[in-house]
Amino acid sequence: MSEVSLIQAINLALARAMQEDEHVLVLGEDVGADGGVFRASDGLLRRFGAERVFDTPLAEAAIAGISVGLAVQGFRPVAEIQFTGFIYPVIDQLANHASRLRTRTRGRLTCPMVLRSPCGGGIRALEHHSESNEAMFAHIPGLRVVMPSSPRRAYGLLLGAIRDPDPVVFLEPTRLYRASREEVADDGQSLSLDRCYVLREGRDVTIFGWGAMVSEALVAADSLAAQGVSAEVIDIATLKPLDAETILTSVKKTGRCVIVHEAPLTGGFGGEIAARVAEHALLSLLAPIERVAGFDIVMPLPRLEQHYLPTARHIAAAANRAMAYA
Amino acid sequence: MCVKAEALGARLPSSSSEEAKGDWAMDEVVARFAVNYTRYIGPTGDAIGTLPDALRDPPILKALYRALVRTRTFDTKAIALQRTGRLGTYASSLGQEAVPVGAASAMRDTDVLLPSFREHGAQLWRGVKPLELFLYWGGDERGSDFAGPRQDFPICVPVGSHAPHAVGAALAFKLRREPRVAVCIFGDGASSKGDVAEAMNIAGVWRLPVVFVISNNGWAISVPRHQQSAAETLAQKAVAAGIPGMQVDGNDVVAVRSVVGTAIERARSGEGPSVIEALTYRLGDHTTADDASRYRDDAEPSRHWPEEPLVRLRHYLTAAGSWSKTEEEHLLQEAAAEIDAAAAAYLATPAQDSSTIFDYTFARPPAELARQRAASLERIENAQ
Repeated sequence: MSEVSLIQAINLALARAMQEDEHVLVLGEDVGADGGVFRASDGLLRRFGAERVFDTPLAEAAIAGISVGLAVQGFRPVAEIQFTGFIYPVIDQLANHASRLRTRTRGRLTCPMVLRSPCGGGIRALEHHSESNEAMFAHIPGLRVVMPSSPRRAYGLLLGAIRDPDPVVFLEPTRLYRASREEVADDGQSLSLDRCYVLREGRDVTIFGWGAMVSEALVAADSLAAQGVSAEVIDIATLKPLDAETILTSVKKTGRCVIVHEAPLTGGFGGEIAARVAEHALLSLLAPIERVAGFDIVMPLPRLEQHYLPTARHIAAAANRAMAYA
Repeated sequence: MCVKAEALGARLPSSSSEEAKGDWAMDEVVARFAVNYTRYIGPTGDAIGTLPDALRDPPILKALYRALVRTRTFDTKAIALQRTGRLGTYASSLGQEAVPVGAASAMRDTDVLLPSFREHGAQLWRGVKPLELFLYWGGDERGSDFAGPRQDFPICVPVGSHAPHAVGAALAFKLRREPRVAVCIFGDGASSKGDVAEAMNIAGVWRLPVVFVISNNGWAISVPRHQQSAAETLAQKAVAAGIPGMQVDGNDVVAVRSVVGTAIERARSGEGPSVIEALTYRLGDHTTADDASRYRDDAEPSRHWPEEPLVRLRHYLTAAGSWSKTEEEHLLQEAAAEIDAAAAAYLATPAQDSSTIFDYTFARPPAELARQRAASLERIENAQ
């Protein structure tokens, strides 16, 4: 067992999945000889050959559409969309085809494909490389939406996604690709795509986050602990389907709820979590629900992006606002 | 066969006007292409030259003619059911039956069809039952769970977005070294879409066993062909993808079958994809929800009626002494009986159980969906 970064964990999971199932294919722009612009597929071409790891022409809609055709025919394509801002052309393929084939053919044709894409800001990237669009995918019925926040969860969740019989959008926070390393056992163990992950238990307030915001939430929990506030931190991880039970159990325990996401506030996935809490745990709430999110603005370019991104300080402040209620 | 369109390919521009004035400027043809047009049986039923060897036998021609009649009988019944409130909005294939029938008849059972929404004739030829088609157009998902051919795609309503699926399926065949071909049919409107361009391009790069058939019926709802593209032919869109493109008389089922068949066998033998533009005409409205008189002169379909595909093949067969009035009457009765029985079976088919709206969303229903399913059942019970 060795310490690996999140992107290396992705690479390990891809290699493991390809090794155990010959139907797993990796396709996308620059995924072959280049190993992907972030190196997710580094070394896979050499190891598994050009019939299982291949570069596509530069055509995002077709990358998703070809994956639909391959999946229907029994392969398990893992397609990469290179940057988050380039993912919009695939929505037609996901919403109109991948997510519906099982329903519209009453199970005759199915679509076990994974669409991986980096997401989120914080790495001073070029324009159109820092967006957070998970809520758009989470609104599509028949699609699973997953976002890991650590190397270990990236490994387990990606294996779970590849083995899942339905289409999965797998969004990887670019900012976490090389932010930290942890020990990941390359043991082929997948993680469930139907649950949230309680990362830190607490009594006073629950902080919900996903992707890069999870590490901010953990830092915030540390600073809150120093002030005597016990914060529970939950990595939503699988946005769709949403594990409402874990969310509600926690809020019923702590009575306070802070939801954090990098995506714009309005229509963000935090609204869904807030609604669930309001519907099913309102009487347990000791304070109004707090949302810490990006603003409803175009993602700023790198010189100003720090003014957009929620931080641990914002999260701790929101938790303290909630704590101000008895 | 004749050359319908010929155009020059890219010209290298002079790098500057200075240079152009000089003694020497580079200006030469670097690419050239032609689009061939194929027709065997003209509108009056007269053969133009000899039919291809494989298609000269009366049994094959009769089978094609029967399929055209069966498709039109289905179409007529579907419209009648819709007009009397017993079927949903329906897209008629009136006048363009020879494209799907001809293309499907050139396929093997093991090939995969990816139809658009006007290819009833292809689905029927390949074994989808009229009952199943009625179910689909009547708003029942079970119509796309047809008993066969199990690997064919359901019809594609979002125009042209199934073209990349054909590329994916063809890639699967190639990776497994299976001698199979994907046949994707879409219209002239779809040929303007990015999905179709992306699909053709990639199929060309990877030399995949896929055949794209453009069923050019002249209209994309209210937009006529000349407003769809400035290209002389839609077949030449293949040229940009580096693959062969040709035109065929889409109302001549023999020509469609022959040209598509050649492309399919070419694909099967590893020689890569093709694009076939079949020139036909939409004699009816876009769908039963459309009224073409709002945008199309009624004189136009009248002009095209004499070219429609059924009459010309019947004339040909009759002139060849292969078709009698008795056979015609028998065929019409047989087709009507089959389609009427299917319609009756469709009308007698109870709706699916209400809970099935949830049951195929995921293979493993998540807790949240199970909760919503239960809530839905409760809602139904309370309403009763």
